[in-house]
Amino acid sequence: MIAKGKNASELFPAVVKNVASKNIEIKKLVYVYLMRYAEEQQDLALLSISTFQRALKDPNQLIRASALRVLSSIRVPIIVPIMMLAIKEASSDLSPYVRKNAAHAIQKLYSLDPEQKEMLIEVIEKLLKDRSTLVAGSVVMAFEEVCPERIDLIHKNYRKLCNLLVDVEEWGQVVIIHMLTRYARTQFVSPWKVDEVVDEYSENNFYDSDEEQKEKDQKLKTTYTMDPDHRMLLRNTKPLLQSRNAAVVMAVAQLYWHLAPRSEAGIVSKSLVRLLRSNREVQYIVLQNIATMSIQRKGMFEPYLKSFYVRSTDPTMIKTLKLEILTNLANEANISTLLREFQTYVKSQDKQFAAATIQAIGRCATNITEVTDTCLNGLVCLLSNRDEIVVAESVVVIKKLLQTQPAHHGEIIKHMAKLLDNITVPVARASILWLIGEYCERVPKIAPDVLRKTAKSFTSEDDLVKLQILNLGAKLYLTNSKQTKLLTQYVLNLGKYDQSYDIRDRTRFIRQLIVPNEKSGALSKYAKKIFLAQKPAPLLESPFKDRDHFQLGTLSHTLNIRATGYLELSEWPEVAPDPSVRNVEVAESAKEWTGILGKPKKEKPTEKFYSESEEEEDDSASSSSSGSESDSESEKEDKEEGSTDESSGSSSPSEESTDSESDSKESAAKKTCRAVNESDSEDIKKKAAGISKKRSTSSSSDTEYTSSEESSSDSKSESDSKSDSESGKSRNATSNKVNKKEEKPVQDRKTPKKQDIFLLDLDDFCPVTTPVAVPTAAVLSPSLAADLEGLSLSSSSVIDVPMQVSVPTKTHELLHRMSGKGLAAHYHFSRQPSIFGDRMVPVQVTVTNTTDQKIENIHIGEKKLPPGMRMHEFNPIECLEPGGSITATMGIDFCDSTQTASFQLCTKDDHFNVNIQPPVGELLFPVTMSEKDFKKEQGMLTGMNETSATIAVAPQNSTSPVIIERVVKAANLGVVPSGQDNVHRFAAKTVHSGSLVLVTVELKESSTAQLIINTEKTVIGSVLLRELKPVLSQG
Amino acid sequence: SSGKYFLSVVSQSVCDYFFEAQEKAIDVENVPPVISTPHHYLISIYRDKIFFVSVIQTEVPPLFVIEFLHRVADTFQDYFGECSETAIKDNVVIVYELLEEMLDNGFPLATESNILKELIKPPTILRSVVNSITGSSNVGDTLPTGQLSNIPWRRAGVKYTNNEAYFDVIEEIDAIIDKSGSTVFAEIQGVIDSCIKLSGMQDLSLSFMNPRLLDDVSFHPCIRFKRWESERVLSFIPPDGNFRLISYRVSSQNLVAIPVYVKHMISFKENTSSGRFDVTIGPKQNMGKTVEGVVMTVHMPKAVLNMNLTATQGSYTFDPVTKVLTWDVGKITPQKLPNLKGIVNLQSGAPKPEENPSLNIQFKIQQLAISGLKVNRLDMYGEKYKPFKGVKYITKAGKFQVRT
Repeated sequence: MIAKGKNASELFPAVVKNVASKNIEIKKLVYVYLMRYAEEQQDLALLSISTFQRALKDPNQLIRASALRVLSSIRVPIIVPIMMLAIKEASSDLSPYVRKNAAHAIQKLYSLDPEQKEMLIEVIEKLLKDRSTLVAGSVVMAFEEVCPERIDLIHKNYRKLCNLLVDVEEWGQVVIIHMLTRYARTQFVSPWKVDEVVDEYSENNFYDSDEEQKEKDQKLKTTYTMDPDHRMLLRNTKPLLQSRNAAVVMAVAQLYWHLAPRSEAGIVSKSLVRLLRSNREVQYIVLQNIATMSIQRKGMFEPYLKSFYVRSTDPTMIKTLKLEILTNLANEANISTLLREFQTYVKSQDKQFAAATIQAIGRCATNITEVTDTCLNGLVCLLSNRDEIVVAESVVVIKKLLQTQPAHHGEIIKHMAKLLDNITVPVARASILWLIGEYCERVPKIAPDVLRKTAKSFTSEDDLVKLQILNLGAKLYLTNSKQTKLLTQYVLNLGKYDQSYDIRDRTRFIRQLIVPNEKSGALSKYAKKIFLAQKPAPLLESPFKDRDHFQLGTLSHTLNIRATGYLELSEWPEVAPDPSVRNVEVAESAKEWTGILGKPKKEKPTEKFYSESEEEEDDSASSSSSGSESDSESEKEDKEEGSTDESSGSSSPSEESTDSESDSKESAAKKTCRAVNESDSEDIKKKAAGISKKRSTSSSSDTEYTSSEESSSDSKSESDSKSDSESGKSRNATSNKVNKKEEKPVQDRKTPKKQDIFLLDLDDFCPVTTPVAVPTAAVLSPSLAADLEGLSLSSSSVIDVPMQVSVPTKTHELLHRMSGKGLAAHYHFSRQPSIFGDRMVPVQVTVTNTTDQKIENIHIGEKKLPPGMRMHEFNPIECLEPGGSITATMGIDFCDSTQTASFQLCTKDDHFNVNIQPPVGELLFPVTMSEKDFKKEQGMLTGMNETSATIAVAPQNSTSPVIIERVVKAANLGVVPSGQDNVHRFAAKTVHSGSLVLVTVELKESSTAQLIINTEKTVIGSVLLRELKPVLSQG
Repeated sequence: SSGKYFLSVVSQSVCDYFFEAQEKAIDVENVPPVISTPHHYLISIYRDKIFFVSVIQTEVPPLFVIEFLHRVADTFQDYFGECSETAIKDNVVIVYELLEEMLDNGFPLATESNILKELIKPPTILRSVVNSITGSSNVGDTLPTGQLSNIPWRRAGVKYTNNEAYFDVIEEIDAIIDKSGSTVFAEIQGVIDSCIKLSGMQDLSLSFMNPRLLDDVSFHPCIRFKRWESERVLSFIPPDGNFRLISYRVSSQNLVAIPVYVKHMISFKENTSSGRFDVTIGPKQNMGKTVEGVVMTVHMPKAVLNMNLTATQGSYTFDPVTKVLTWDVGKITPQKLPNLKGIVNLQSGAPKPEENPSLNIQFKIQQLAISGLKVNRLDMYGEKYKPFKGVKYITKAGKFQVRT
């Protein structure tokens, strides 16, 4: 019934009763009904609210989402508080899908009750921070709707939005791009002013030396460098030009138009032209936008001139738009081709279009002086056309043309005067009359005759023509009163009694001016000047001329009217606002990071074998973050280490950590700095370097306190250095940092234990470093390699599992206490070797009882795993006291895919569906290898097995400790010692199949870096690439 | 025509503005897609003889709405097999359910057909019979997990007994040929339509022998742009079923081979109210493949009353109301070129038509991509079985117009 547009509101109570129906289809239809009629039947609608409130707590995220959706669509003011509460709760829901719906609900609540704005902005602010691509588009939509003026909310999220953009669903992309366009116009300086300057440079580059260049730079004072964030936006939107969604392409096009340097805007034209293959409506909008663009920058579309050629099958509106663009694009070079094309159009059966073509020819004629005469002649030929509309249009255009060229066109005027007998279209007649009047001195014989003829037909003429007859009369009276005095007076008399006000007014006005009488002497003297003044030629302009003040791609632009809710695009600021506002996130995340550090350290002491390396990584990570921050930070760090002596004791700093602690920049020197400190000898330095290479991570040749063990293994010099060590220490203290001192006593205490460990290390790991079998597998063609997965596994023992690297990962929620009836569960990837088997990824699950009763028999129930995936359950937890929490470890073999493992978490009475989806970085385990081996392996994993990307590196991320910290945090990768400052290498294997994954980060100039991933697991490679990209570019 | 409302409740009377505009336009094709009314804006599309109108209250990119409306129409087409007035009327409930899922408060929600089909099962005769007996419904009781994943275009847990992957490389020649037979404008537009029926979740990569031919490409969201940028390889996790993988334009530097030529002699004599019509279509030699499915349509001038023609091959029809002449030629054999010739009757007294009508030609050439594009290989990763792979090439006339 609703569908048929009938009013079904009287059935309301009966329908609403069904809201609790079990049948989903009925339920849905009731929802539709409710949304439509609730506003009219508010009291009754309230009946249904409780059902939704219940559904909001449903464990299934989709039910929660749809409940929120319907609840927020019921437009009943009384429930505003309930909606507000529901939105707030949903905005911190675990499921991104529910959060997405919360973002939608914001707009609905806002339109229902704008009073809630402040509260809603808080929610928007929170949701803007969300990292899920599902949420991004919806929340930006809400932002645009509720608080587009709060541009400050975007700052912190700007870079994130830019980076997420490619993965957001297409509708969200459109909204975000439009918002970012506005944002960028307020935050960055114009790239346009300096365009010419830049161009000049590129030309001069060939001739000028660098020195000169620099001088010039200084001379120009304000050399423009694009804000990296501005550049990032342009770079991240560019791939979207390839979208199949016309709206996305248009959005990017307008972004480039409004934001990109002029030299770059051209890249959008190709994509826009592509859209012309689409359906009529898309063509219409795109052509309109191209029309506006082509006025300002012809060059953009000139190469596509022929794409705008008109087909006889195009609808008229498309034809006229194409014509408009062709006219805009006309220049000396292409005009002859165009005119030939226009000739075809003029003959079109579509007369409206033919008329438009004549207009277009007129415009070309005025714009390009070379062809004015040709055009004029062509148009004169058209005067003999059979079709009246064509002729009339020609007359009008010729009139305009003659006006711009007041040369000697007497012949044309005579010709037109002859036409007057046949033409009936008022505009054309009026134009001819005006022409004759204006240039009556050039056709002295014909003009009075024309007046005579028209005077005869005066009464039957159109108003427009009558006015021109009056004009003609007046002009002739002034120039040739002898012949025309009587005629003019006759015409004036006719005009005096005309039906139209205008005509009567005009008649009176003219009479007073030209016919001398006593009352008005003053003005009539100037009558001739008034009537026969030189008139400026009319400009033949495109109707799209001034449309560019609207943002392209908008409704306002299409209609050329300011639409409701149109958000003005601001002018570029003179001076860029502080760009650091967008940095905020960096500091935050770093702090957060150091905060977490303590925990895992304490957890691990039991596993001594691995503890060393783990701590190593911890240290390198922590100290690098602190190193990049401040000294005080690192001092704090050291204290922390002191307190947990187990961990700090084993903190034999790896090369990386040494780097960061020493805070100096030449890493090459640093790598061996300890050795230098102790021995001061060049030889030993080399040796130490050699060792460090051979033994990769174990090369943490912290000779100060591990000297005894070192000497036992290979280095003789250690004994010398030992004696020297005290002095070295002091030098250390002065050269490096104060914190070294603090470290020292602790480290010394630990020495005995460390020896054991190191010896062990050596035995275990020395022979392993050279891979043997893997290369053979890698040589095979990719498809074969896939088949041979099992084989390559065997080879995995060769490169081997070295030190487990543990980086504290963030915990993920498995089960929220609300949905778990008081049972909460979290999990994190512990990055320890799995005790369940080689292929299992270990997951630590922490269950917490938040109820006030015991929860018994917590175990894993039914599992829904994708084929191939296996899971090793944790042992059932018999009893969990109120407030208590227990951590259990389980293993999941994800088969090297990021598919979700779904299973049930059961208690004695209940079971809850939960799922774990691993980040791709957790499907790996780190391996050790030397730089040489790395390169060798990499050489075999090229082509299909290599994915790479150029990424932006935030300036604060460009130091090597930070890079290593961030990469290792994002994915479980082992660090490969690197001989180059700007290249960082990481290696790992996939947990399931043991395929090598090699990651290279090569820093380039101007804060970009090349990120290369080599692996035969192309899926993993590309997903990993995508996940690692933002790690370095984001602050 | 049909009106649809989303966003808040809007009086149906707003549609009157649309009908008014529709009357004003000369024909349906010329109804402006964007209309401004005192309080609302109407954005419409015209498809399959139906107008889809949306009512807009505030500023929004018009293409956003247009694109969405087309998706809606696509979905109807997908669900009901056709997008016609009767189909919509017959399936009003499903239409409502679909719109409900596709839009939330004016913002598109689920537009991927894979997700929608999980939510609402498309009607089939069998199912409607079963439903009426068992009382079950079209609404799926499983919740669409696809909506939550980051590859919303693919359903989880797909299973097929025959694993197949087909790719159709379809190229269309857009051309304008002038009176003398020389090419004013020609361009090749292509698409690759795929039909993927593969179990599980796999990663495909498709490479070309000559990817440089592709000048401008638009992708299905599943394609990894970076791989294309760096290696010119299409790497993607495919949607299930039929979908358009890419559309492309062949770089304009390449000269386009026009596979057919048209000889024409159309003239209208002054004062005799009749004219002559003589058209021959022939293949250009260099192709080596047969040109088939040839159809010529001509919009004759209004003054034409009737046509009296004989065709050496195929059959022709002339609709005296719309003045459209259609000649279904079929296959062209070079030995005997198809010809259509005869007398044109004009309205007596009417002036002779100014311009000769242009001829729109359709044709098809199997097993040929006119640009020379060739698929090199298709590799599959992530699943163990061997799929059956097939690539088909076809060249068609796009907007192929001969001016006379």
